[in-house]
Amino acid sequence: MAEFTLPANSVIKPGKLFKAAAGVTNIKRFVVYRYDPGSGENPYTDTYEVDMDSCGPMVLDALLKIKDEMDATLSLRRSCREGICGSCSMNIDGGNTLACTQSIASIKGDVKVYPLPHQPVVKDLVSDLTNFYAQYASVEPWMKTDTATPPDRERLQSREDREKLDGLYECILCACCSTSCPSYWWNSDRYLGPAALLNAYRWIVDSRDEAAGERLDELEDPFKLYRCHTIMNCTKVCPKGLNPAKAIAETKKLMVQRKI
Amino acid sequence: MRDLRSPLSRVKGLGSAREGTGHFWHQRLTALLLIPLALWIGFCIAALPADYATLAAWVRQPLVTVALVLLIIAVFYHAQLGLQIVIEDYVASHAGRTLVLLISNLLCLLFGTVGVISVLKISFGA
Repeated sequence: MAEFTLPANSVIKPGKLFKAAAGVTNIKRFVVYRYDPGSGENPYTDTYEVDMDSCGPMVLDALLKIKDEMDATLSLRRSCREGICGSCSMNIDGGNTLACTQSIASIKGDVKVYPLPHQPVVKDLVSDLTNFYAQYASVEPWMKTDTATPPDRERLQSREDREKLDGLYECILCACCSTSCPSYWWNSDRYLGPAALLNAYRWIVDSRDEAAGERLDELEDPFKLYRCHTIMNCTKVCPKGLNPAKAIAETKKLMVQRKI
Repeated sequence: MRDLRSPLSRVKGLGSAREGTGHFWHQRLTALLLIPLALWIGFCIAALPADYATLAAWVRQPLVTVALVLLIIAVFYHAQLGLQIVIEDYVASHAGRTLVLLISNLLCLLFGTVGVISVLKISFGA
């Protein structure tokens, strides 16, 4: 059956409290998931009292401040700190998003920070996205053509055809969408998930690509594509404001269109 | 045994089944068909008296027979398609899924057939 409860060794226990220095008045509490699979211990949540008077505005600023000043053992992934690399995707205040573009001020009460749901944890907030990346690779996200490239110029595309890629090409593969999808939680071994399907559609509708039919062939499967039940968590959480649910629905429409 | 296959090999698995669009399309078509049929049967049941003779006479009208048969087929076909989705979602093991799917499909077929035969028996019978 699908898993509805955590296995015994994954049950989260309360951890330590890291108090703010004496005299600090503007405190925000961060409750952060901690787990080291090699330790044999259960995961736990540490609570950090962060001085907001000396902290940047985003959750990533606070996490880096915690790592720099309070607890160097905290592990997280980050790179660009401006919402373009997709490294710092995690579950903040109950929703998947990028720590670098999530403002602290917009969160009421304690800030709860967990890794992306339903993925293996490497350590703390770092999840193992091997399967996610392999799914992206499986949709062959590159241009496939039989016509040779013109020797003297690029492959041309009309302005209108280029506009069809807007809302698709911006995907940064942060995995917020796929790991927020219940269907992906239950069946990620076979369901490709919203991110891979959005990227598959990005190539299906690219006017320069000549493999739309083969791409649809590869997706036409009860699990790879049709596990999407239009739950729409993907669209709700996408930190880039994209709409994977619509891309999947359009793919299904093309599937029907080529049959009738 | 350790699984030494590459992540891509695991994701590609046995490849695409080249199937699922028919299921998706039929589920939507039966849903559309069920909107007028369900409203119609609801109003009819509310309006008809609850004695056998009147109901049997009503069922025997050719258009009512046709609509009832259509309704029963659509209901159980739609139910079979919907249950299949739920089972595929939540029953993880391949053997378990196959078994539960077979039972579910068989029950839908059985109930649907009983329904259609019942209507036809009243319609064509004495």
